[in-house]
Amino acid sequence: MKTSASTPWFFLAPNVIVILLFTFVPIAINLHYAFTGGVNLYPTQRPGVGFENFSTLLECGSYFDPASCRKDVFWQSIWNTAKYAIFQVTLMVLFALITAVVLNRKIIGRGFWRGVFFYPVLLSPVVVALIWKWILQRDGLLNAAMVAMDAHPVLWLAEPGWAFFWVTFVSIWAHMGFYTLILLAGLQAIPADLYEAAQLDKASPWRSLTRITLPLLMPNLLVVVVLAMIKAVQIFDEVFVLTGGGPGSATTFVVQFIYQTGFVEPVRLYGIAAAGSLMLALALVALTLLQLKLSNAEKAGERAK
Amino acid sequence: MKALNFLTRTRNGRSMDWTDWLSYAYLVIGLFLMFGPVLWLVMSSFKTEAALNEFPPAFLPYGQKSVAVPGEEKMKPVYRVKMPDGTTKELAELRRIGLTSTLIDPARPDDFVRVNVKDREPVREFKLATENYTDLGGQIKFGTYLWNSVFITVIATILTLLFNSMAAFALSKYKFSGRSAVFLLILGTLMVPPAIVLVPNFLVVSELGLLNSLWGVIWPAIATPTGVFLLRQYMLTIPDELLEAARMDHASEWQIYYRIILPLAAPALAVLAIFSVMWRWNDFLWPLIVLSKNEKFTLQLALNAFQGDLVTQWNYLLAMTVITLLPITIVFAFLQKYITQGIASAGVK
Repeated sequence: MKTSASTPWFFLAPNVIVILLFTFVPIAINLHYAFTGGVNLYPTQRPGVGFENFSTLLECGSYFDPASCRKDVFWQSIWNTAKYAIFQVTLMVLFALITAVVLNRKIIGRGFWRGVFFYPVLLSPVVVALIWKWILQRDGLLNAAMVAMDAHPVLWLAEPGWAFFWVTFVSIWAHMGFYTLILLAGLQAIPADLYEAAQLDKASPWRSLTRITLPLLMPNLLVVVVLAMIKAVQIFDEVFVLTGGGPGSATTFVVQFIYQTGFVEPVRLYGIAAAGSLMLALALVALTLLQLKLSNAEKAGERAK
Repeated sequence: MKALNFLTRTRNGRSMDWTDWLSYAYLVIGLFLMFGPVLWLVMSSFKTEAALNEFPPAFLPYGQKSVAVPGEEKMKPVYRVKMPDGTTKELAELRRIGLTSTLIDPARPDDFVRVNVKDREPVREFKLATENYTDLGGQIKFGTYLWNSVFITVIATILTLLFNSMAAFALSKYKFSGRSAVFLLILGTLMVPPAIVLVPNFLVVSELGLLNSLWGVIWPAIATPTGVFLLRQYMLTIPDELLEAARMDHASEWQIYYRIILPLAAPALAVLAIFSVMWRWNDFLWPLIVLSKNEKFTLQLALNAFQGDLVTQWNYLLAMTVITLLPITIVFAFLQKYITQGIASAGVK
C-alpha cells in the first residue's frame, strides 16, 4: 500500500477536530460575546453593542481606587491579582531557589527530600484548600498553637489582610515544588569543575553561590518567573475553595470575577465576562511572548556556553 | 568525638561544615511544613466527631471509651467518677439530666450512682474512628462521586493517549504541506487557558447536549498540546527505516502506527498517562461549570459542595479528602522518578 496524501490527515483528524471544536470555535464565539450585549446565551440573539462591554469595565473615577469604578469588583480583582502575582511569584521563586540549591548539595537521601518538596504539587486544588482550611479554621491547629503561646486566636480567613496572606502562602506551598524541580535541573547543568576551581581558590560558599551559581542560573530563573506569573494571573481553584473570594472581595481574583459574572450572578452578563476574559488573555499573550523570547535567549546562551 | 566525626562525615570524606548543618535544618523544617499539614489531615480523619470538636486538639485520634451495658441497646460512654467517699471509679453513664448524671458499673448493673456532672470526666482511649470512612457510602453518595471521578479519569486518559499519539505520529512521520501550521495550531492552544474560553465553551458543550454529562468534561480536555508535543519529540527518535521495512512487508499505515510506533513510544506514553491521570483526577473549574447535578459530581466537586454547607460535617469531609488524595499519593510513591523526570524534561505539569 502506498501512503496517500490523506493518510496524515486521517491520523490528525480526531485531535484537530477536538481542538477546533473546544478551543478555536469558543475563541471566535468569545470575541462575538465581547461585542454583544444582553443576557441571551445564543450568539445570534445577542444585539451588537460595540465596545460598550469594555467601556463598562473600564469606566472608572480613578483606576487606583476600585470603589470609584462602575465594576468595582472587577478592578478590585485586578488589583488583587496584581498584588498577589507580585508577592506570590517573588516569594515562591525565592524559596524554590533556596530549596533547589539545598537539594543540589551532596545530601543524604536526595530523592526522598526532593519528593517531600514536590508532593503538594500533585494534590488537587480542592484538597490543598481543605487541608489548610482545616488548620486555619476557628478551632484549628494554628489557633491551638496561638492559645498555647498565650496569644489570642485569630479568624485567619475572615480578616481581609490575613485571608490574603494565607491565600498567598497556601499557593506557594502547593506550587513551589514544581519550580524547584525546574531550577534543580538548571543547577545540575552547571559544570562541576567550576565549583572545584572555586574550591581550589578557597572561595567561600557564599561567594561561589553569588559568582557561579546565580549568574549561570539566571536564564532559567527568568523563565521560571514568567511561567509562575502566567500561572499566578490565572489563580482560581484553591482560593475559591479556601475563601470563596472573601471576606468581601479581599481575595477575589480576575478568573473568579469572570466565573461569577458568567455563571453565578442571577443576571448573567456573558458579554462582560467575555470582555474581561479577553483582557486577561491580552495579559497572558504578553507574558507568553516574553517567555518565548526569554527561552530563545536561554537556548542561545546555552549554545554560547 | 570520634563517633561525632563518623556521624557527621559527608560523602566526600570531609566533616560537616556550617553550610551542611544549615542545609539539613532547612530540609527538616521543609519536611515539617510540607508533610505536616497532610499528616494532620490524615490523623484528624480518624477522629470521632466529638474528638474533632475538642479544643485544643490532640495529635493522635483519641476518643471516649464506651462499653456495652446489659439491657441497653447503645454503647454507653465511660467516665472516671469521683465518688462521695473520695475514691474514683470508672463507670458508664446511662443518662444525664441537668447537672445530675446517672452512672452504672457494667459489672453490677443494679447499682445506680448519681453524681454532679462536675465530678466526672471522660475516660479516653486511642481509637480510630474508621466509621468516618465506612459510613461514607451511606451518608453521602460517595460511591457515585468516586465512580464519576474514576470514569472521567480513565476514559479521558485513554482517549488522550489515542488522539495525541495519532496526531504525534502524523506530525513526526509524514511530510505533507500544512504540517508545521497544524503543529503550531496545536501548540498555540497552550496559550489559551480554559479560563479564557469559559463562557463560549459552555455554549458549545450545551449545544452538543453534554451539560451534566461526564462526556462534557471528557471531550474538551483530551486534545492536550503537551501530550502531542511530548509524543512527537519522542517519535522523532524512532528510525524511519523501521517504517520503510514494514511498508515493504505490505503493512498498512494503521498497522505501522498500531504495531510499531505505539509499542516503541511506550515510555513517552507512560509519562503522558501519568500526567493525564493527575490532570483529570484534579480538574475543578471546568467540571464545576459543566456538572451542576449532584449525582454527576466528581469527588473534587463533592468536596467543594460539602465544605460549603452551612454545617460542615468535618469528620466525613476529612475522610473524603483523604480518599481523594490517596490515588495521587500512591501513584507518586511508586512513580516519583518518572514524574519528576517527565516534568523536568517537558517543563509542564
